[in-house]
Amino acid sequence: MSRLTDANVALAREIIARYPKKKSALIPLVHLSQQQNGYVTEDAMRHVAELIDVTPAEVYGTASFYEMFRFEPTGKYLINICGTLSCALMGADQLMHHAEHTLGVKAGSTTPDGLITLQHAECQAACTEAPTLQVNYRHRFRVTAADFDQLVDDLRAGKLDGEIPPHGTLGRNRQHIPADRAVGAQHPDDVTTGPAWIEIAEAAQ
Amino acid sequence: MSAAPYPYAWAAGYYDDGDRPQVVTSRFQYDDSYTLDRYHATGGYEGLRKALGMQPAEVADEVKKSTLLGRGGAGFPAGVKWGFTPAGVWPRYLVVNGDESEPGTYKDRLLMELDPHQLIEGCLIASYAAGLSQCFLYVRGEMALAHERVAKALDDAYAAGYIGKNILDTNFSVDIVLHWGAGAYVVGEETALIESLEGERGMPRLKPPYFPAAIGLYGMPTIVNNVETLSNLPFIASNGSAAYTAIGTETSPGTRMIAVSGHVKRPGVYEIVNGSTTFRDLIYGDEFAQGIRDGNELKAFVPGGGSAPWFVADQLDIPFEGREASGAGSMLGSGAVMVMDDTTDIPAAALTLVKFYAHESCGKCVPCREGGTWLYRILERIVAGNGTDADLDTIRQVGESICPGDMPHAASERLGISAVPFPYKMTTICFVGPSAYVPVHSAMTLFPEEFDALVTKREPRSLIHVTAAPSGGQ
Ligand SMILES: Cc1cc2nc3c(=O)[nH]c(=O)nc-3n(C[C@H](O)[C@H](O)[C@H](O)COP(=O)(O)O)c2cc1C
Ligand code: SF4
Repeated sequence: MSRLTDANVALAREIIARYPKKKSALIPLVHLSQQQNGYVTEDAMRHVAELIDVTPAEVYGTASFYEMFRFEPTGKYLINICGTLSCALMGADQLMHHAEHTLGVKAGSTTPDGLITLQHAECQAACTEAPTLQVNYRHRFRVTAADFDQLVDDLRAGKLDGEIPPHGTLGRNRQHIPADRAVGAQHPDDVTTGPAWIEIAEAAQ
Repeated sequence: MSAAPYPYAWAAGYYDDGDRPQVVTSRFQYDDSYTLDRYHATGGYEGLRKALGMQPAEVADEVKKSTLLGRGGAGFPAGVKWGFTPAGVWPRYLVVNGDESEPGTYKDRLLMELDPHQLIEGCLIASYAAGLSQCFLYVRGEMALAHERVAKALDDAYAAGYIGKNILDTNFSVDIVLHWGAGAYVVGEETALIESLEGERGMPRLKPPYFPAAIGLYGMPTIVNNVETLSNLPFIASNGSAAYTAIGTETSPGTRMIAVSGHVKRPGVYEIVNGSTTFRDLIYGDEFAQGIRDGNELKAFVPGGGSAPWFVADQLDIPFEGREASGAGSMLGSGAVMVMDDTTDIPAAALTLVKFYAHESCGKCVPCREGGTWLYRILERIVAGNGTDADLDTIRQVGESICPGDMPHAASERLGISAVPFPYKMTTICFVGPSAYVPVHSAMTLFPEEFDALVTKREPRSLIHVTAAPSGGQ
């Protein structure tokens, strides 16, 4: 259960091929598994390990360092409310208080219907638009208590489905490098000469 | 959510009124600024064409002459850094630092969302000039829209022949790979960024070597540059270094993007003239943040991101020039000014930053891992009204173990203290450890009475607001 699907394995191989060393694809592939399953499962980590020739422990070792990876079931929507200085100055703690009250759960937990997980978060690079929050890493700016309630209503009514994909999906589109244009990644040990445009320029001098 | 008070609904927080030169934000006015069509219509990829008509070394020389300073925090000249790659060691890589997460910093995300082609063109120019054969664009994981925009721009630029094999039918070939981060502030540190790109936990590497230019990704020479730094290159390549140095001052040429947040009337992101613009201009100027909200007084401001020692009104006339800022006891850092008015509870404000850095410690160095947590726990106790005099001493002792010797701080006429210049000494590998001490040190030095009151009164407080709730008008 929850190994990558065939379609995602194909995508995984495309991603792996971009890197000079396979292990560099570790984080993108764990993201891919989180997109598929909503959180990071043990089976998915085993599968990622097979794909990049490392041990499952290495996958977990790296993945557990990063905050976006969640190892337990998570709401369809993850709401992160920023509490760092710029947002704190503009009422982030009041907003969090309100959010906990509205959702009826404490920060760090999920609503009983499994729809929304609420979290404290750190600086979201939108400091002039404080207080800010992110829903599945999509920003909302200058959020008032009324805005928050509206957001929750809209999420519950499915009104934002087009704009906000379920938790785990990072971008709605992905990079695809066309095979006929790609230079291709080489293992660094296999590269012995400088790039063509430098060698030729230096030889000409 | 609330109606956007800024001129371009799609460019949250960005203002370009006034008569300022635009080096990196010139396309933000268009609602389709991120498309290849708009980029072409506004001189896009002309800098690359020009560069490809020159020798790589000539392009590198032009960038050196521009004195383009790194915008990621350290302010190191980009052209000089490129020169640190050892001769004859191949391959060399470019890693783009799009991990923007320093508290208060908001510019790289805008550049990636609103003008991804400008960044891509910058990557191409850097790769051509410095002989970099593969480029990794590391975008902070929490920036979904930036991922979408950059991915689309890369696809379009590949299809148009700007990226990949034999770019514009020359012998210049480079791949640009979009890489996803996954949430960890310390990964912004360049050696941690490289570890993360290798699929490891994002922990900074021991120094020396001080620059990954010699030993970086997979042990190979690697240039790490910030998104804003690279976004300046198309302008420099198109117009020449002289046009660039004509803006700003000799030591700080060009422009910089600065985010002003907190208790100002018009928080925003502004592209300012480097070197000469002062903090007073930025906080009070009509074309900038327009003064303190609600007619309140300025209490303190953080001049260069959460890691920077704080300034007070005494430092308003300092310009955006590195040496002036360090002489006054702080740094310009990542271009983030956070403004606190006189309703701010200073210990509680400092706590948010100490908590941030304590939380973001990667755990590799003891003074940061243990010290940061201690600072956070003790300060939290003090802010909650449960601290004692001894706690203030402990904070200083823990701080001393992270930053031995004199700690930089600003001058204050009110307190009769003079400045201790930046930087500090440190016992840790990277700046996360010291950054946990900086805010509480600044707060205790510039506002000792607020700490004394808390430890003397010792009245437990339950819900502590960092500041009075903003009034209407926001
Ligand atoms: C803890 C820490 C976090 C950092 N975060 C960032 C960041 O988010 N973005 C960035 O460009 N540089 C960041 N830096 C600076 C980088 O280490 C590096 O100096 C920079 O990316 C180099 O690019 P530049 O020369 O173009 O500025 C950080 C440094 C430290 C110590
Ligand atoms: S200072 Fe802190 S974050 Fe930096 S390497 Fe040491 S433990 Fe890690």
